[in-house]
Amino acid sequence: MRRGWLAVGAASMVVLTACSSSGGGGTSAAPSVNADPTKVSGSITVLTNRTDQLGDGTLDKYAAEFTKVYPNVKVKFEGMKDYEGEVKIRMNTENYGDVLPIPSDLSIARFPDFFSSLGDASELSKTYQWTDYSTVSGKVYGIANYGTVTGFVYNKKVWADAGVTEWPGTPEEFLADLKAIKAKGAAVPYYTNYHDGWPLRQWTDAIGSPSCDSGAKDKLADTAQPWTAGGDLYTIDSLVYSIVDQKLSEDDPTTTNWDQSKVMLGTGKVGAMYLGSWSISQMRDAAAKAGANPDDIGYMPFPSTSGKACTVLQPDYKYAINKHSKNQEAARAWIDWFVTKSGAAQAEQGISSVKGTELPGALKPFADQGVQMIGQNQEKSATVKKIDKGAEINLDAPDYRQKLVDIARGAASGDRNSYFAELNKKWSQAQKTVNG
Amino acid sequence: MTALQKDRVPRRKALRRHWWFTPWLYLLVPLAFLVTFTYLPIGDMIGYSFTDWDGISPERTNVGLKNYTDLFTRPELFKVFLVSGVYLIAAVFQIALALYFATVLSFNTRFRNLFKGILFFPYLINGVAIGFVFLFFFQPHGTLDSLLSMIGVHGKHQWLGDPDLVNKSLAGVSVWRYTGLNLVLFLGAIQSIPPHLYEAAALDGANRWQQFRHIIAPGIKPVISLSAILAVSGSLAVFEIPYIMTGGSNGSQTFVIQSINMAFKFDKFGLASASAVVLIVLILIVTWIQRRLVPEERVELS
Repeated sequence: MRRGWLAVGAASMVVLTACSSSGGGGTSAAPSVNADPTKVSGSITVLTNRTDQLGDGTLDKYAAEFTKVYPNVKVKFEGMKDYEGEVKIRMNTENYGDVLPIPSDLSIARFPDFFSSLGDASELSKTYQWTDYSTVSGKVYGIANYGTVTGFVYNKKVWADAGVTEWPGTPEEFLADLKAIKAKGAAVPYYTNYHDGWPLRQWTDAIGSPSCDSGAKDKLADTAQPWTAGGDLYTIDSLVYSIVDQKLSEDDPTTTNWDQSKVMLGTGKVGAMYLGSWSISQMRDAAAKAGANPDDIGYMPFPSTSGKACTVLQPDYKYAINKHSKNQEAARAWIDWFVTKSGAAQAEQGISSVKGTELPGALKPFADQGVQMIGQNQEKSATVKKIDKGAEINLDAPDYRQKLVDIARGAASGDRNSYFAELNKKWSQAQKTVNG
Repeated sequence: MTALQKDRVPRRKALRRHWWFTPWLYLLVPLAFLVTFTYLPIGDMIGYSFTDWDGISPERTNVGLKNYTDLFTRPELFKVFLVSGVYLIAAVFQIALALYFATVLSFNTRFRNLFKGILFFPYLINGVAIGFVFLFFFQPHGTLDSLLSMIGVHGKHQWLGDPDLVNKSLAGVSVWRYTGLNLVLFLGAIQSIPPHLYEAAALDGANRWQQFRHIIAPGIKPVISLSAILAVSGSLAVFEIPYIMTGGSNGSQTFVIQSINMAFKFDKFGLASASAVVLIVLILIVTWIQRRLVPEERVELS
């Protein structure tokens, strides 16, 4: 009997697969919005990763503002706690909301399979930044609400108490500064947030900063051994390794706690963490709540190997329209309004994707110190992703860096060189398969 | 007479036909669930294991047995089963512990219902909550270290940070959680042993150990062997406790976590499905061997 059911199952699977395979391909015209807002109607569902904003009513406030302009559009939100994990499974069906943030793990080449084009890149790039992050054959598929730069969020007081007043210029200086903080004894110089994992992933966003090269990530497509001296990944991961190896991070990384880490940085128990500039406002909140001075929270760029202080400016989630959505016009109206009119980017200290808007206050020191903000070329991002996944490294997941930390603290066998050699081997093998 | 008989026969046939599908009617809903949520997905999964699907693209190509050959030519993928060994050893402790408590609590112990409740309680708690509770428990200078310092063992231990300790700590959590389940199974089985056997044994001068050895243990043998099978397949497929507490970092990765990473982090759904199929086959084989070694026998108690 069981075998019988299995056969039925297998057979119906084949049928289902056949149906779903025929679905893909084809591009729909870019949805345009009627100039008269009252003529736009429909009910749209917006997927969101910001369950915190869903809970405290921030998103509903935006929706209410939106409905004042577009009275016939109804906006509903659907929050997902584990956004990346859940949305990719949902995307196997046609029902994945009307507007959604593009999962960061999705290869750019797949965008036309899932999203409606928002228009020509040549047009949209005049108004918005970072359109190249979602441009496939001249069409844009997603627009970010805001962008962030990455760097170290740090406690100014802790650093000043240890006698460091200048930003470290090189990775060596950075390590020396952390040592000075450790010698002072009041704070853990660096906090890895190993347990939560994703903060370790953030280091990947530094690619481009040390060398001040906007093509650094694209270069990975043609580099057989990215973890060799001079490469950005080498610089970045060596710094992670040295911090842990020289015991400049917390004792037991496996029991870290993200929410607690915010308080620890705010109250001066931790010196620094590598995170996006979006974290500044959260750290300040945490500091204020713990009774410390929120102005102690500062932000510095990744120490450079090129002699110039540089930081990579890149978009947060890019919003796209579900290609199967029945309310393309209303969905487009929401994206346009949310990005240009809602003020959400400014509210979160983000750098608005609308060209020509001012930098948020938290990044004033970057402008004052002349930190160069560079972009990151996206021409080869699809190839890089393919190699990355094929090699089973996944720069966008924390796992390989967790292993690096394990090796550095002596919890796993090997040393920096052996691990880098292993990564290089995996990378070059996958590269051979991908490039043929 | 003949006319009557002719009349009767078809009626009885009709009755019997009616009788034939009635049990299936009752089974319709559970069977529908079983097929939808177990057999169909397994069929799907076996299908995926022959493709190079990345989990999201609309097209997938058939690659035949490539995923399986990939899997078996990479021995490092099977190294994670060493971690399962730790859980297997822990499972032996777990069964022994549960057996001990079940025996003690089946006699007239004071507060025995309270103790039953306390021991079963961990099984009722959500796995995620357990993960978080034990994260605090295992922190350096955390609950466990404080408890230990009360009995004179000072210092801070990296229960999860130390690669030699991490799997033992996690297996300990697993024992804490699942002992209650085994306990309840054993208690139920012990309760089915007729009480007059104990009386007779007591009259013959058998002590508690002898009663356990000759009455309880043989009486609940099928349940013990069931527990053993569950323990083995459970330790091959350990997942939620390490996934929640360490995410598989620091050498606590199990085969299931590895498969999940394969599917959702490296977009290799084909390979992940193949390893899931391998796990199923492995568990079936282990179960079969166990059934061979310990054949099921009817226990007669009188």
